[in-house]
Amino acid sequence: MSLCYAYYPGCSGLGTSLEYDISTRALCRNLGIELVDIPDWNCCGSTPAHAVDHLLSACLVGRNLGIADDMAEARELDGIITPCPSCLKNLKTTQYRLADPEFHRKVELVVGRPLRADLPIKSVLQVVVEDLGLQALAQLVKAPLAGLKVVPYYGCIMVRPPRIMQFDDPENPMALDNLLTELGAEVLPFPLKTDCCGASLGTTRKDVIAKLSGRILDAAEEAGADAIVTACPLCQMNLDMRQSQINKANHSGHNMPVFYYSQLAGLAAGQGETSTMLDKLCVSPRPLLAALAGHTGEGA
Amino acid sequence: MNIGVFVCHCGSNIAGTVDTEAVAKAALSFREVVFATDTMYACSEPGQAGIVDAIKTYDLDGVVVASCTPRMHEATFRRTLERAGLNKYMFEMANIREHVSWVGKDMEANTRKASELVHMAVEKLRRNDYLEAGEFEINKRVMVIGGGVAGIQAALDCADGGLEVILVEREPSIGGKMSKLDKTFPTVDCSSCILGPKMVDVAQHPNITLYTLSEVDSVKGFVGNFDVTVRRKAAYVDWDACTGCGECTTKCPSKKTPDRFNEFIGNTTAINIPFPQAIPKKASINADACIKLTKGKCGVCAKVCPTEAIRFDQQDELITERVGAIIAATGYDLFDFTKYGQYGGGRYPDVITSMQYERLLSASGPTEGHIKRPSDGAEPKDIVFIQCVGSRDKSIGRPYCSGFCCMYTAKQTILTKDHMPDSQSYVFYMDIRSPGKNYDEFTRRAMEEYGARYIRGRVSAIQPKNGRYLVKGADTLLGQQVEVEADLVVLAVGAEAAKGSNELAEKLRISYDPYGFFMEGHPKLKPVETNTAGIYLAGSCQGPKDIPSSVAQGDAAAAKVLVLFSKDKLASDPQVSNVKLVRCIGCGKCESVCPFGAIEMVDFRGMPKASVIETVCQGCGVCTAACPQGAIQLRHFTDNQILAEVNTLCL
Ligand SMILES: Cc1cc2nc3c(=O)[nH]c(=O)nc-3n(C[C@H](O)[C@H](O)[C@H](O)COP(=O)(O)OP(=O)(O)OC[C@H]3O[C@@H](n4cnc5c(N)ncnc54)[C@H](O)[C@@H]3O)c2cc1C
Ligand code: SF4
Ligand code: SF4
Repeated sequence: MSLCYAYYPGCSGLGTSLEYDISTRALCRNLGIELVDIPDWNCCGSTPAHAVDHLLSACLVGRNLGIADDMAEARELDGIITPCPSCLKNLKTTQYRLADPEFHRKVELVVGRPLRADLPIKSVLQVVVEDLGLQALAQLVKAPLAGLKVVPYYGCIMVRPPRIMQFDDPENPMALDNLLTELGAEVLPFPLKTDCCGASLGTTRKDVIAKLSGRILDAAEEAGADAIVTACPLCQMNLDMRQSQINKANHSGHNMPVFYYSQLAGLAAGQGETSTMLDKLCVSPRPLLAALAGHTGEGA
Repeated sequence: MNIGVFVCHCGSNIAGTVDTEAVAKAALSFREVVFATDTMYACSEPGQAGIVDAIKTYDLDGVVVASCTPRMHEATFRRTLERAGLNKYMFEMANIREHVSWVGKDMEANTRKASELVHMAVEKLRRNDYLEAGEFEINKRVMVIGGGVAGIQAALDCADGGLEVILVEREPSIGGKMSKLDKTFPTVDCSSCILGPKMVDVAQHPNITLYTLSEVDSVKGFVGNFDVTVRRKAAYVDWDACTGCGECTTKCPSKKTPDRFNEFIGNTTAINIPFPQAIPKKASINADACIKLTKGKCGVCAKVCPTEAIRFDQQDELITERVGAIIAATGYDLFDFTKYGQYGGGRYPDVITSMQYERLLSASGPTEGHIKRPSDGAEPKDIVFIQCVGSRDKSIGRPYCSGFCCMYTAKQTILTKDHMPDSQSYVFYMDIRSPGKNYDEFTRRAMEEYGARYIRGRVSAIQPKNGRYLVKGADTLLGQQVEVEADLVVLAVGAEAAKGSNELAEKLRISYDPYGFFMEGHPKLKPVETNTAGIYLAGSCQGPKDIPSSVAQGDAAAAKVLVLFSKDKLASDPQVSNVKLVRCIGCGKCESVCPFGAIEMVDFRGMPKASVIETVCQGCGVCTAACPQGAIQLRHFTDNQILAEVNTLCL
């Protein structure tokens, strides 16, 4: 069974989290998952749109869903996937709201086309863990991440709200835990795995980020982790790029690499640092990786 | 035939949305109806007197009452007819309350539907026969299923009343949850001190036969004559020989066996006696943990047992007991606390359940009454109690209140302070529900005299922090978020139906609610009866109950059995199947469909014919539908009667 999905990279995938997008595409390629980009996709509105107007938000997403409908006419698709939990939440919430005929009619009116919007929508993580299964991942591992102690950080929207996201346990998800274990890393229990990092308040209220993301860094440190592993561009940015700001605000001294799980999957598959784009991380993982023999300096 | 029709107002219950006068008027036009009237409360004394008068005045042969469900008053009205000298089966009821007035508001439509229902009843009544009830002997023995405090109480009452009692308990000892408790609210007296003597009474009572480690396998028969097959599970010990000396338990090398009685805090041996006061005090082997039974080696217990009681080859045994009544007292189980991922139950060693905490408090528990954290054995100082874990939460399918958790949490904070005067308890609660006698005073004492800090609000998450736990929640009275650091967290897990209770209900043919608790006959007026004659309920199997109410129900169920057995014979229901021999072709279809085994094939002049065992037949009518010849008919619900009803409606 080979899987083929309409791929929605999301805006940050082309900018701030280019490394997530690139390494995700590599992971999918390695696993034999075919990705077809949704042509001419537009921004889903991310956080601002749905906070202002549900109809606006649904229409932004609706246009993308419509294009995916057309793609599904042309060839068989297993669904729509995206690496970004925020895009995912907007896609799924819209699909959920479209079940209301009245709302559906309004969205079609604005988008100016009929919408089926019936393709299954999932995160890349969910497809890898649930549809493909961890056994497939195991076959990929050439250089197990032995000795690497990590805590998985899901962020607050990957699995919530449960009624819409329909993925894993909303209070204690295990998908990333299991995936990372399969890659050979030592996964430590992490009580804050679904706590909020402060999300987009980073632009307006740095104090909130310092408090919330700071707590996550503290907890990771206390758990004895070498690194945090994320699946969300915004979480990654708050924890990684703002780490020095947080240190300053909290008088802490964290120096903890914050990876995307897809980067680690690339490393474990033996791709080396360059193709996994580890140099895009703000907190350099180089000393850490140097300390772990076997994962350094291949420079693929 | 002269038929009279009485249309009940039921106050405004029916008359509010049905024009009862118009229904009565319509009834006068139905065939053979010679009298029809509407009446305020047909079931009241004047209402019934009106029916008796009309029967005499108009020389009625049959009566239709249009009112509530037959479940409520069919028996009442049948007695009314008998008082007026009519056969009680010349009565029909049209349900125009549950089926009409309570489900629709359109007066015109309701009135039409009510008239149609009355018309159907009249047409059926025109084809009714005089039926006579027979009599049958009853077996004055009673089975109590479940040996918790409710079952024990019921068993002792029945036995003291002179009945022979069979008490069936699936655990190795009786006592139920109460035997695991340390002290009991609201008096804080020692649980085993008040339960222990009762358990001993059960063991010593000449009228009580006790089967522990046993479950009901099947139930056949009917009120007065149930045949219950009990599966006595293998204990791998001959209990006649075992003296309970405990020699085997001290020598058994399999010492890491999960300790059920201690709620899996600490371990026990593969062969064990669950607790010192166990009744019966006999050893039994946990087959999953026994080295001999899993690997074929060891056998130490057999070598050390002074009475040679060990039987590794023992098998389950089936015993059939004939009883006249059954009391179900199977209690409750506790909510699986791992379902709240945010509380870390099952992952964090020092997040435990209330029942585990009871075991920690108990002098006979795994820590001999010293409160120790499971993780490191240290004495905790700050303890957080979280109420409503698995209660009053629709999102996990437990919308109901478990009833006793507010009280036992208060009790546990009081006991905690007694054990460790410098400790501090925090209680997260939703509301305090303590309506029993001396109950509110009790919870206040916990707060005011014992200094437990009560915080109104749910906990959102528990996180380990520096070897302790950070409990995050909201104080909804202050309207702000709170965080409390704790050494130990106790989850007040709610009650849910006992495991396997649905299967048992199906064997007993009683109903259960959506959560698996057994249904009483009437929520207000028949609290310990079920809709199946001869089967009664006691204790928490009907819904969460504290000890006082469980005991009261045990008493009540026993009283009901004694009332039932106060007669030597019971009237049999004549509404059973009946075979027309000339039509029966002996195909045996009825026999194969009857769910009660009430039909046997007999030889009649060399030909096979069906024959109904009338006392076993429950009148379900499945056979009537299956018979290709129309040879087997349910009395009072014949094909002709049902067709007449359908035709009235459709033609
Ligand atoms: C932590 C905690 C503390 C409590 N403290 C108090 C207190 O201080 N005061 C108070 O009044 N109440 C207290 N309660 C409530 C108390 O436990 C109940 O009121 C009482 O146990 C109910 O008794 P029962 O006989 O109905 O049920 P149970 O005690 O549950 O007994 C039922 C019995 O039936 C058996 N059984 C179940 N199914 C079957 C089957 N299919 N076949 C055969 N046997 C079966 C079970 O093994 C069990 O022995 C507390 C409850 C908890 C959880
Ligand atoms: S089985 Fe034997 S050794 Fe064990 S308690 Fe019974 S009599 Fe004693
Ligand atoms: S045979 Fe089984 S029960 Fe007996 S001592 Fe050995 S392990 Fe224990």
